[in-house]
This record gives sequence, structure tokens and C-alpha cells, in this order.
Amino acid sequence: MHSVVCIKQVPDSAQIRVHPVTNTIMRQGVPAIVNPYDLFALEEALRLKDQLGGTVTVLSMGPPMAEAALRKCLAFGADDAILVSDRAFAGSDTLATSFALAATIRKIQENMPVDLIFTGKQTIDGDTAQVGPGIAKRLDFQLLTYASKIVAVSPAEKRITVERRAEGGVQVLETRLPCLITMLEGTNEMRFGDMADLFRAARTPVKVWDREAAGIDDPGSVGLKGSPTVVSKVFAPKPRAKRAEIVETADNDPAGLAVTLLAKVFTQHPKLDRELTKTVG
Amino acid sequence: MAEKFDVIVVGAGMAGNAAAYTCAKAGLSVLQLERGETPGSKNVQGAILYADAIEKIIPDFRDDAPLERHLIEQRVWILDDDSCVGSTYRSEEFNRRPYNRYTIIRAHFDQWFSKKVQHAGAMVICEATVEELLLDGKRVIGVRTDRKGGEIHADCVILADGANSVLARKAGFRPELDPKDMALAVKEIHFLPQETIESRFSIGEDEGVVIEMAGKVTAGMMGTAFLYTNKESITLGVGCMLSDFKRQTVTPYELLDRMKRHPAIAPLIEGSDMKEYAAHLIPEGGYDAVPQVYGDGWLIAGDAGQFVNGLHREGSNLAMTTGMLAAQTVIELKAAGKACTAPNLSAYKAKLDDSFVMKDLKKYRRAPAIFHKNPQFFTTYPELLSKAAQTLIRVDGVDKRTKERQIRQTFVARRSWWGLISDAFKFWRAVESK
Ligand SMILES: Cc1cc2nc3c(=O)[nH]c(=O)nc-3n(C[C@H](O)[C@H](O)[C@H](O)COP(=O)(O)OP(=O)(O)OC[C@H]3O[C@@H](n4cnc5c(N)ncnc54)[C@H](O)[C@@H]3O)c2cc1C
Ligand SMILES: Cc1cc2nc3c(=O)[nH]c(=O)nc-3n(C[C@H](O)[C@H](O)[C@H](O)COP(=O)(O)OP(=O)(O)OC[C@H]3O[C@@H](n4cnc5c(N)ncnc54)[C@H](O)[C@@H]3O)c2cc1C
Repeated sequence: MHSVVCIKQVPDSAQIRVHPVTNTIMRQGVPAIVNPYDLFALEEALRLKDQLGGTVTVLSMGPPMAEAALRKCLAFGADDAILVSDRAFAGSDTLATSFALAATIRKIQENMPVDLIFTGKQTIDGDTAQVGPGIAKRLDFQLLTYASKIVAVSPAEKRITVERRAEGGVQVLETRLPCLITMLEGTNEMRFGDMADLFRAARTPVKVWDREAAGIDDPGSVGLKGSPTVVSKVFAPKPRAKRAEIVETADNDPAGLAVTLLAKVFTQHPKLDRELTKTVG
Repeated sequence: MAEKFDVIVVGAGMAGNAAAYTCAKAGLSVLQLERGETPGSKNVQGAILYADAIEKIIPDFRDDAPLERHLIEQRVWILDDDSCVGSTYRSEEFNRRPYNRYTIIRAHFDQWFSKKVQHAGAMVICEATVEELLLDGKRVIGVRTDRKGGEIHADCVILADGANSVLARKAGFRPELDPKDMALAVKEIHFLPQETIESRFSIGEDEGVVIEMAGKVTAGMMGTAFLYTNKESITLGVGCMLSDFKRQTVTPYELLDRMKRHPAIAPLIEGSDMKEYAAHLIPEGGYDAVPQVYGDGWLIAGDAGQFVNGLHREGSNLAMTTGMLAAQTVIELKAAGKACTAPNLSAYKAKLDDSFVMKDLKKYRRAPAIFHKNPQFFTTYPELLSKAAQTLIRVDGVDKRTKERQIRQTFVARRSWWGLISDAFKFWRAVESK
């Protein structure tokens, strides 16, 4: 079994803010973390490895500092880590990102065929949930989105069964390998690596591939040039001018309270008052 | 089979990094273990970096270390409730390269330092907490981390695990810490635009100011406060002895809040955005609080060994120097093919005694006890000084001779002649060498 887990380094969105005046995203000083959804994907891949043996490769496209995110994944138990990093990738949208990742996985396959690709459901900074499906399409892999659990994998029969959380219930889906799975959150708990994992992580260098090493010949297919999406504007929603008002009730008098509330509504919205009077007569 | 190294360094603070770097540079196999997510993620300092100590370890540190500002001005303030008496020393000497003191932000500096440690060849593993020392009789043969399969062996373990020094205590190498030997410091980092900082402190790009404070800011407790300028932020904080906090009802953050409202301090941080709040222990017991610092298979460096000069606010430089000296001791033994036994490692103590570290601690040996016993230095005197300045400066038709007499009278009324003389003597004994 060879699983590739795609991970993205993201700013900890709990700590990110939009500058009220310039409307730019203030990333400065915001710690970078592994996209939380991707850790569920990684843990699921590691569990499969515990069960069936094999190799788990973690892959990320990003700036050099994303190496830290990959190191972290090695310490959790991944065997190999590849960072695709090149100035040519700057400004990539989901189309260009999935193109680049698919190309890289094709390169990885030259050394060792890939049975499963894992991604998170979505990222916490881009939130599009498009990169996983984009990769699957390009590599002609089967695609199972929003998986909540891997039920069984049979490498011999090249079959996989997963549970998928859907509206109104849980679906049990089965398909053939190779397959790409996007993992839902809250499905498992990331392990605490052993000392041996930490040693292996410390001794395993993160491979850094540039555009050419990733097998991308045309620089125009990635980065800003390869990205048809244009972010035309980013803005923070205006804080609401009006605050909720708390109406005190004196004694247990629901009827009186209802009258008070209606009176408030109608004084604030005279038009509503007029129209109601018209229709009710 | 357990992994084995020449040296295991516990902690990736100033002492641990200095030790790991020096050992790795000399070709020893080094494992450094840090419990924080990254080196520096757990570390708290004001922070002033003294160039001399780091220069002895990494001579060209100025090339790429993340330094905030070099210090060109030092202010010392004695604060009353709403006034301050002080002195300022500013000199162009401090503006000449190579600069002597810098402000730094530890989270950044420690990561830089750790990169150097890794490039020198040490293996650095974070998010691994050393839970105890592995002992063979009385000899330390390694450590056990909180990870499964966490036993790791080494010829020598350098304990640079900071102020709490849990590992040495657990192993019985030192007694429990005494609250009268520990200060608790709280600090905040306030962000302001670079130009605002430079205009408020009348400094140019890269130039910085330190304000050291004493007096009413510590609410009668033994302690000091500080304010340093970084590139785009101001660090300020206050620290007092733990034993005093135990007696007082005031909490550390109340103290800091009061300090921020002081009329001399409030305008300096006005309009700023507080981004970071931290609290940390500082070992300030001085010379007599330094524990046994070596034994069979182990050495202690940095805050864990109580190497802090509280009176001069020096800690990181003592940490780096002791870390380096510990490393050099092991390197010399290895080169001579000698084992890391207690008698052989005693060379470390000799190196310490011979360095500024123990000389300075010895010079101020009496200071902690004297200040503990004489709270008037933190209560009565700041008030008297402020009153004296007020009387002298105010022009109100009273002749100067009368003013001087008034000042003398308030001093004598509060402390008596004998009290004043004995206070002066005590203060001199605290800061003068024997
Ligand atoms: C014109 C334009 C400019 C942009 N500029 C920037 C910018 O300057 N900085 C910036 O941060 N973002 C920028 N973005 C957004 C960025 O391109 C997207 O975040 C990125 O394409 C991935 O989409 P997503 O985050 O929505 O991922 P999703 O599709 O939500 O991610 C799903 C899963 O795919 C995998 N995945 C996603 N991205 C990666 C990756 N890079 N490496 C490995 N696995 C991955 C993960 O497993 C993830 O859980 C820009 C977008 C556009 C359109
Ligand atoms: C508010 C404040 C202001 C200060 N200002 C100054 C100043 O301006 N100038 C100055 O020179 N000094 C200053 N100091 C003192 C200075 O910060 C310390 O002396 C210095 O950090 C000591 O370095 P160290 O390496 O011994 O300890 P630390 O820097 O505390 O490092 C100890 C490291 O060990 C790790 N660790 C602890 N236990 C374990 C374990 N069991 N397993 C693995 N890792 C472990 C910790 O996570 C930490 O990273 C200040 C201190 C404070 C609190």
C-alpha cells in the first residue's frame, strides 16, 4: 500500500484578522499550522499502514517555510515528505494547485505506484474543497469525498469501502483502487508519535522539488498565469451598527411582554405598522 | 535498543542552545530535547541580548540573527505613585559598531539559534519532554522522555531545563526551590508603528532605549520593572520575589496594570495593541542559591543552575556562558579520552569560578538577603526621593536653605538619623564587593 497525503500549511485562522482600513489579510505573527482537516487524512492513512503495511508519503505545495508542516507529519509517523516549492507557483488558484499536485504525484508514481491519495475535506484559509477532486480528475483516480471512515481496503482485490457522511444519514460506498479520498473532520484522533518516529523524522530530510522536478514543463500552467480565478476584492463585513436590546420583564406577564415587544417593533418600523393596518383593515 | 549519544542537552533555551552548538561544532554526537513545539515557544525574556556572550559562541551572529534594536540610551527611574525621579545615560559611543546590547524577541532569536545548532550537526527534537534522568546507581546514563520508547542513553547529560529545574530536583541533586530565591515576572508586548516608537523615544531607525524601574511599581515588594523598545513593539513588565507575592494580596497582572497606568509610562504605550502576555520565573537567589552543578554523568547550566544576576538584569548571558563552559568541559574530557565522572566534570565548576559568572554572583552575594530584610528600599525611599525632588524644583518663594532643611527633616522623620546611616551602609554592603 502506498498512500500519498496532501497537506497544506495554513495560518491559524483562529488568529487571523482583516485590517479594518486596508482590507488586507493580516498574517503577520499568525502561527502557521497544518490544515486541521489534513491531519484526519494523515491519521487515516497511518492507520491503514498499521493494518496493511506500506508507505505513507506526505506532499505539500507551498513556500519553503511549509517544510515545518511536513516535518510535523514525519514526526506523526509518515515515511517520506516532499515539498514542491518554486516561485513559479506563487498565486496559484485551485486549478493551478491541483494541476501542480497531480503532476507531482505522477512523478512520485514513477518510483512507486500510488494506491490511495488522501486530502482534507477543505482548507481553513481557502475553503474551496476543490483541490482534492481536481487531482483525482487529472490522474483519473476514483473519487470519494467527505469520507468519515475507511471501512476496509483490499490491496489484492484493489477495492476500498468507506463511510461517507451525507445529508440524512451515512452512506457506505465501495469502489476500486486507485482512489482519492477527501476526509471529514472529527473522524479520528491524531496519534502521539513514538520516540522512534521522532528520531526517524529528525533523520529524514524533506525533499524539495522545484517546478521541473515536479514534472511541470510549462511555467504558464501554474502560478498566477495558470490561475483563471481572480480575487478582485477582500473586505471585512461591516460590524452591525445596532446592538440587540434587552427587554426586562417585571413580573410573569407574557401578554404584557408581547404588547411591549410589538409596540417596539412597530415604532421602529412605521412602514410595517401602516401596511398591516391597511391589510387587516 | 536505545539510541546513544555523546551528549544529551535538555532544553532549547539560551543555555541549551549554547551547549548543543558548542558540542556539535566540536564534532560530538549531540541530541537536544525540547518540550516546546518549537525552540523558543516556551521562553520568556525582556529581552536584552548582551553581545559579548553570544559573540564568544557565534562570532558573526550579527550577520543574520534577528535583532530588534541596539541600545543607545539607558534610563533608570524611581517611581512614586504618580511621579518619577530618574537619570538618563545616552551616548554616541553606543551607536558605534560593533554594538554592545540589543533588544530581541526570544521566539525569533531562539529559532535562529536553533537553526545554527542544527547546522552545526546536533539532532534537535521538539515536542519531547524529558520526564526523568536514567540512573545507574548514582551515575546518570541518559534520559526518559514522555514518548513511547523514550529511553535514550548518553555519556553526559547537560541540564538546561530552565528556572524550575525539575529534573535535578526529581533526581535528588538539589533541594526544593525556595520562594525567596525566585522572582515571578510578568510582561506584555505592545505593538506600535515603528515611526511612533522612534518619535516617542527620540531615536533613529535601529536605535533603542531601556528603562529600568524600581520603587512603588512593585507595591512594596522586592523587585523591579522594565520597558524596552523593539522594532515595532514595546516590551514592558514587572517582577517581584515569589515570597513577597505570597504575602501580598496584589496579583502580578494587577501590578502590571497599575504600572501601565502610571503617568510616566501610560503615554509611552498609548494607542498600542497588546499582542502577547507571558509570565515566568527568574531565579534571583544569587550566589548562595547556586546548587551542586555537576555530578556523575551530568552538568547544570543556565537558569536551572540559578545563574542570574538579578541586580543587573543579566540572565541570558550567564545562561549562554555556562552552557558554553559545560560543553567545553565535556569536549575536553572526550578529547583526553576521559570518562564523564564527577571528579572529571568538576573542571566545570573551576571554569565557572574563573569566569565573570561566579565572580559577579559572589560580588552581590549579600544583596538578596539585605533587600529581603529591608523593604524600605522599595517603599519609603522612592517616596522620599520624589518629595525631595518636588521640594527642590518647585519655585514657591521659599529660600533654598529652608528647602534643604525641609528635605533633611522629612528623611530623618521617616528613617531617623541612625536609620539613614545604617540604610546607606546596608545598601553599600549589598552592591559593593567584600
Ligand atoms: C488569484 C488567486 C491568488 C491567490 N493568492 C494566494 C496567496 O497569495 N496566498 C495564499 O495563501 N492563497 C492564495 N490563493 C488561494 C490559494 O490558491 C488556494 O488556497 C489554493 O488554491 C488551495 O485551495 P483551497 O485552500 O481552497 O484548498 P481546498 O480545495 O479547500 O483543499 C482541499 C485539500 O486539498 C489539499 N491541498 C490544498 N492545497 C494544497 C497544497 N498547496 N499542497 C498540498 N495539498 C493541498 C489539502 O489536503 C486540502 O485539505 C489565491 C487564489 C487565487 C484564486
Ligand atoms: C520577564 C523576564 C525578563 C528577562 N529579561 C532579561 C534580559 O533583559 N536580559 C537577560 O539577559 N535575561 C533576562 N531574563 C532572564 C533570561 O530570560 C533567562 O536567564 C534565560 O532565558 C535562561 O536561559 P535558559 O536556557 O537557562 O532557560 P530557558 O530560556 O527558560 O530555557 C529552558 C528550556 O528548557 C525547556 N525545558 C524545560 N524542561 C524541559 C524538559 N523536561 N524536557 C524538555 N525541555 C524542557 C523549556 O521549554 C525551555 O525551552 C529575563 C527573564 C524574564 C522572565
